[in-house]
Amino acid sequence: MHVVIAGCGRVGSGLARDIAHEGFEVAVIDENPDAFYQLGENFPGEMIVGPALDWSVLRKARLKDAAAFVACTDGDNTNLVIAQIAQKKYGIGCVVCRVFDPLRAELFSEAGIHTVCPTRELRATLFDAVRACRVLPKAG
Amino acid sequence: MFVLIVGGGKVGLNTARQLIQLGHEIVVVEQRSTRYDVVAKVIGDEYVVFGDGTEIWVLEKAGIGRSDMVVAVTGDDEDNIIIAQIAELKFGVPKVVARVNNPFNQATFDLLGIENTVSATTGMLNLIMHELPTHKFVHLLSLRREKLELVELEVGDNSPFANTLVQDIDLPEGVLLVAILRAGGALVARGHSEILPGDYVICLLPRGQEEELIKVFLPGEEAGRVQDDSELETSDG
Repeated sequence: MHVVIAGCGRVGSGLARDIAHEGFEVAVIDENPDAFYQLGENFPGEMIVGPALDWSVLRKARLKDAAAFVACTDGDNTNLVIAQIAQKKYGIGCVVCRVFDPLRAELFSEAGIHTVCPTRELRATLFDAVRACRVLPKAG
Repeated sequence: MFVLIVGGGKVGLNTARQLIQLGHEIVVVEQRSTRYDVVAKVIGDEYVVFGDGTEIWVLEKAGIGRSDMVVAVTGDDEDNIIIAQIAELKFGVPKVVARVNNPFNQATFDLLGIENTVSATTGMLNLIMHELPTHKFVHLLSLRREKLELVELEVGDNSPFANTLVQDIDLPEGVLLVAILRAGGALVARGHSEILPGDYVICLLPRGQEEELIKVFLPGEEAGRVQDDSELETSDG
């Protein structure tokens, strides 16, 4: 099974290693060739240099053979656009898209894209952390 | 009409000025502070909103909810796509126009259903091709949504239409020969106008008929090679 990941930052590189470790074939896309350094020395997958918005780059990553596609570049709009290309052009069933902005994440999730919003999840985590300190709303 | 313009660069600012002159109400959204200052100075700061025009709350603040038209003309194609989609999906804006900066991305706009696109690069490229001393075939104008093309073709010495009257030419279905360009001037084509070798003719045609027209007008030329801007669009599978 083949998985394509767009964006090789902290999240994309770690995810690529985890998924490769599970036994999948992985192709990672990033515009910056230095970004692949984060994959470590023995990364078994493919590294494709170029903008993920470019169809020829997606083709090099063999997106048409992919069972899953993850969009986690540092741009919300880039992620939303490439996720839609993966769905509409390549008909990939499992497309997951990182979107920092909660409002855009919600809107495009309603439009049928599987968005994951770290901001919303972080907000809940921080709230729980504050509550765990057992401070009370009113003093006394 | 109230028009919301996202992106206050050369295109956005000049669109704003033109629309103001025509008596329309406009607001421009701009996220670069130095550019915001320039736009505010030209059209007045009450007509400019500072912020990222792909953020829904910024668009709301700029009045997208009551806009009759949204024009997405930032320098980033992914941003223009998302602005167009937000305008349609969330706010049901009746009319949306999006700018294509890189002609390679036209195919993505088409795939994602953004019908009204404009591209300065493609437009300029076509006009430069038109100025080339010799050229076989040039797209002068594409009305994408209406699927109408205005093209220019060379009448070579070998053209079957050299030294022929317009009324005697058998053009493909739907093609209209509208003008003849000769010696730096233009003639409106009438039935009795004669086409001479070395002329250029301008035709109006439905999209997709280019290849048929090239076949009859420029026999011996490969349609794919003659049609310059088809090469700009990413062809994939």
